[in-house]
Amino acid sequence: MTGAVVEARALTRVFGKMTAVDHVSFEVAAGERIALIGPNGAGKSTLMKMLTTMLPPSEGTASVAGYDVVRAPQQVRAHIGYVPQLLSADGDLSGYENVLLSARLYLIPRAERARRIAEALAMMDLTEAKDRLVRTFSGGMARRLEIAQSMLHRPPVLFMDEPTVGLDPNGRRTVWDHVQKLRRDIGSAIVFSTHYMDEADAEADRIALIHAGKLVALGSPAELKARNGATASLDEVFQRLTGARFEPVAPSA
Amino acid sequence: MTPSVQRVLSACDAFGVRVFAVATAEAVKLRHDPMDLASRAVQPVLWLVLFGQVMARVRGIAGANTSYLEFLSPGVLAQSVLFVAIFYGLSAIWERDLGVLHRYLVSPAPRSALVLGKALASSVRALSQSIVVYVCAAALGVHLQLAVLPIVGVAALIVLAAALFSTFSLIIACIVKTRERFMGIGQFLTMPIFFASNAIYPLALMPNWLRAIAIANPLSYAVDGLRALMLRGTHSQLGLGLDFAVLLATLAVLVAIATRLYPRLTQ
Repeated sequence: MTGAVVEARALTRVFGKMTAVDHVSFEVAAGERIALIGPNGAGKSTLMKMLTTMLPPSEGTASVAGYDVVRAPQQVRAHIGYVPQLLSADGDLSGYENVLLSARLYLIPRAERARRIAEALAMMDLTEAKDRLVRTFSGGMARRLEIAQSMLHRPPVLFMDEPTVGLDPNGRRTVWDHVQKLRRDIGSAIVFSTHYMDEADAEADRIALIHAGKLVALGSPAELKARNGATASLDEVFQRLTGARFEPVAPSA
Repeated sequence: MTPSVQRVLSACDAFGVRVFAVATAEAVKLRHDPMDLASRAVQPVLWLVLFGQVMARVRGIAGANTSYLEFLSPGVLAQSVLFVAIFYGLSAIWERDLGVLHRYLVSPAPRSALVLGKALASSVRALSQSIVVYVCAAALGVHLQLAVLPIVGVAALIVLAAALFSTFSLIIACIVKTRERFMGIGQFLTMPIFFASNAIYPLALMPNWLRAIAIANPLSYAVDGLRALMLRGTHSQLGLGLDFAVLLATLAVLVAIATRLYPRLTQ
């Protein structure tokens, strides 16, 4: 694939005797959206941690935006946005102060800082809430704030580790609407992990199914479904390839 | 200006911006929650008013020209700085558990800038303690030096000592990784660092083995420098230049170690 912004080659991570990620190879093209799906403990988060330089690989290579994750980690970090699984915005700071902190860490020039922060907050519909402490935000608002922080420097790749976990359906929809709006404006590739099959189906150009640390399927949602029968759903594909059943999300009271 | 000089200046500027970003975020949190400062002010006041008043009646601890309260005041300030800083690693573990640490570590800021920023952040809290100790000591009749230069020197020593002990605390946090283990070790370390120093009794009164430990303890150099700069007519016993040099060198070594260990908190 030419113009790949993420390239993983036999990427492997071993913890003691356990191989969490086992020789995974794939590429992500500029502007592409790719969903990592798989059962709990499949290795999705470990894979993402290696691609974002948070964890060194045991074997294999990976480059992001043209920079090697081991040899040039600081350059990789300068060219990615990352929304971790845990909420990472600081609850003891306001929304504005959190984005300002990111602007300084990413060295957004002083002359552009105020405009870029205002634009990011406006794009995530957080202008009115910007002076509130983040601990008073709803889960969806906090997620949108983190996306604003992650995209402030307009990176070519955005990694999101289960960005909608714990959100109600409205919160999930709002987060994705905002991500797509951002993607249209900035054109970043998006690599996200999710346990929601409907989310992977609707929001990804391709899906990478990971099971026991291995990449067991990679293709567009339509391709994956077609390989498993004309009427197969993604849930059925998942079940057939991993032997695992998806637990339905309990409706909130 | 040559391109290489420009590159160095630009890198220094970028480093400074990031250190400042991390340190000011902590200062802003204090502005949002000033109760934190108020609650920390109680301990030094108790040491000066209760412990200091009683121990002042014991003859022979302080020097001929200094009352025990005068001798104790810089020690209590150093103790406040130590107590504020030594549990700073706990907040790093909290930040890891809350996910905030990921935000820092996935940024392109050099790890050394993050560590130094966190270290200076603890100085903000420590500096607030100095105001409490100065006011309390003055009220108890301690003869303080109030000229600008000595006060700047005291502030510099507090910043250095707080940065040093908070970075030491961060290293412990990176090694033990859990709050429970950290609390045990933090309490185990605080008292020996404090009592094996010249904070509440002079080096001259110590048995040789304890004096040797105290001489190797960076807190002794912070106390010695504070005593020389805070009080009228008092001189440094170890040498003011040596006080600053030991604190700076120890801080540099600890920042280098913490820079390597800090990313391991999330692994």
